[in-house]
Amino acid sequence: MSETILEIKDLSAGIEGEEILHHINLQVGRGEIHVLMGHNGAGKSTLGNVIMGSPVYQMTGGQILFEGEDITQLSVDARAKKGIFLSFQNPLEVPGLSMEAFLRNAIREKTGKPVKIFQFKKRMEEVLKLLDMDASYVDRDLNVGFSGGEKKKAEIFQLLMLEPKLAILDETDSGLDVDAVRTVSKGIDIFCQNGGTLLIITHSTRILDALKVDHTHVLIDGKIVAEGDGSLVDEINQGGYAKYTK
Amino acid sequence: MAEMRRDNPIDISEDNNRELLNDVERGLYDFKDEERDEDFYKVDEGLTEEIVRQISAEKHDPDWMLDFRLKSLKIYHELGVPQWGPPIDGLDMARIVTYVKSKTEMKASWEELPDDIKNAFEKLGIPQAEREQLAGVGAQYDSELVYHNVRKDVEEQGVIYTDMESALTGQYADMVREHFMKLVPPTDHKFAALHGAVWSGGSFVYVPPGTKVEIPLQSYFRLNAPGAGQFEHTLIIVDEGSDVHFIEGCSAPKYNVANLHAGCVELFVGKNAHLRYSTIENWSKNMYNLNTKRAICEEGGTIEWISGSFGSHVSYLYPTSVLKGDHSHAEFTGITFAGKGQNLDTGAKMIHLGKNTSSFIDTKSICKSGGISTYRSSVEIRKQAEGAKASVNCGSLMLDSISRSDTVPAMDIRTDKADVGHEAKIGRISDEAVFYMMSRGISEAEARAMIVSGFANPVSKELPLEYAAEMNNLIKLEMEQG
Repeated sequence: MSETILEIKDLSAGIEGEEILHHINLQVGRGEIHVLMGHNGAGKSTLGNVIMGSPVYQMTGGQILFEGEDITQLSVDARAKKGIFLSFQNPLEVPGLSMEAFLRNAIREKTGKPVKIFQFKKRMEEVLKLLDMDASYVDRDLNVGFSGGEKKKAEIFQLLMLEPKLAILDETDSGLDVDAVRTVSKGIDIFCQNGGTLLIITHSTRILDALKVDHTHVLIDGKIVAEGDGSLVDEINQGGYAKYTK
Repeated sequence: MAEMRRDNPIDISEDNNRELLNDVERGLYDFKDEERDEDFYKVDEGLTEEIVRQISAEKHDPDWMLDFRLKSLKIYHELGVPQWGPPIDGLDMARIVTYVKSKTEMKASWEELPDDIKNAFEKLGIPQAEREQLAGVGAQYDSELVYHNVRKDVEEQGVIYTDMESALTGQYADMVREHFMKLVPPTDHKFAALHGAVWSGGSFVYVPPGTKVEIPLQSYFRLNAPGAGQFEHTLIIVDEGSDVHFIEGCSAPKYNVANLHAGCVELFVGKNAHLRYSTIENWSKNMYNLNTKRAICEEGGTIEWISGSFGSHVSYLYPTSVLKGDHSHAEFTGITFAGKGQNLDTGAKMIHLGKNTSSFIDTKSICKSGGISTYRSSVEIRKQAEGAKASVNCGSLMLDSISRSDTVPAMDIRTDKADVGHEAKIGRISDEAVFYMMSRGISEAEARAMIVSGFANPVSKELPLEYAAEMNNLIKLEMEQG
């Protein structure tokens, strides 16, 4: 196994006193592709959000280490600056703020340096082209009036622009049309080729078909109940979760 | 009529002084200059016939103007203060100095101004703005204009842009007399009467028929003297088929005594003419801003108001558009930001008289740190205004639970043949959206500021670039002040 980039140790977390995740342990190696599977309500999204530091959830035990450093107490933006990215299941809309202005600010805050406009614009054009996305995306208000598919494509666009080390993709492939699946798959492929690490949260497997999954974790009722390599994905596709729910 | 209220409204009027003392510095706008007696002429505090006569004499008014002032003063004493808006008990007219004049004559070159006054406008960026993007500039310091200049090419188009005092006796004296306080008569309300009695400074603009002024004209009003009032009068007449953009900016340093602004703006938009009137108001938070603005449009004429209200302790501000001519059109785009210790009552008024007239109101209000922001509007469609269209759209954003936002949109429609729409939204910054933005590396404070700027964007995008940048800075400044 390669060097560990993300390590979750004995993590428990919940919302308003109700524990959702129980004693989770999980390790992700740099450059690997991990899949977190489980049916709806198992706590998959909660885990993604807790890793990012969402204030909605409270951690009641355990630790999160990123590149060997304990980030459990860090703010959301500090985690992002270290290289963690969360692609949202339902990306938020921000009226009056263009995607371009948003990304420019994000890159400026992340790097702590002013953004060189010309280079930035060129980079945006390149990424849009790579993803075969319309140039108008960057002028539109952030996610405002975007269809479900457009929102997910915009998340992948942000992923490639921000170049994090670890990307957590929360149900990025759910409810997408063929065109959007293609864009998302392509973006993920580029991200991985550039050495990015992936933790994919999903209950369906469409975007997984083209990916070489290194490790699969099965989450049921807030607990990791099974682990395996990529073949576990196929196994679950055929047999479902019945085996684990008893 | 819909009304929305928040719990825990904080009545700032009771605790006036504490709020004023606790208020934070506003950086750029807050510098103040000591005014030495030998450099400035001022009348005594308060409002008496003697003082009004003194102001009139000092200004070398024509006779009719002295009469007008005295009549206005009489009306002032007869009228009561408005009872429906934010409290103005903290305003004591007996303590207000109504006229303060620098002992400098009005210049057409910044270099000739006394250093302190020149530096004040330098700090506000006015001379630079003039060099870069304005066709003409008037700068008022306390009660009188100290600087006035118009670009040669604009002058050659026949555009008149002068201080009100010169206009009263100049070539257009009759035109001024014919229009002065006809749209906003002194009987309109108590502070219109006060304005009629002690007005000083302001600008007169006349754009002759068929003239398009390509770049904006601007007046900047700076009130530096503590405990003083500013009562500038702006009169703009845009003749048939002409087009002009006028920008008004205002600011003042902060003092622990009440200052008063009771200006008056009268805009006459001729047949098929077009006037855009933009304001960024950033009075200090000891200011009572009781300003009256009104426009009247002839057939096919258009008035566009762009209004940003950031400063003042208390504001009453409802620019009014009278759509007199058929097919005339009015738009009001405004933003109000009420922070700590501020009670800002703002909105717009549309009066449809002509047939097929149309009006749009689009406002955003933001409140924070106990600030109170009230949106108040009135749309009147008279019986004869068949085919009129009106739309009102107001959004409010409350940044915490101790601030308050009210929406009071009144409508009075007297014909069935009108098309009227209204939409009001009131909301808060969603924590989810902040989390989303932070997950991209943006700090919480920056995320909130970006959401607020985005909310304000429909207004800022209407402003010239430099003013949009200024407005975003003001929002940032407000957001940083705990």
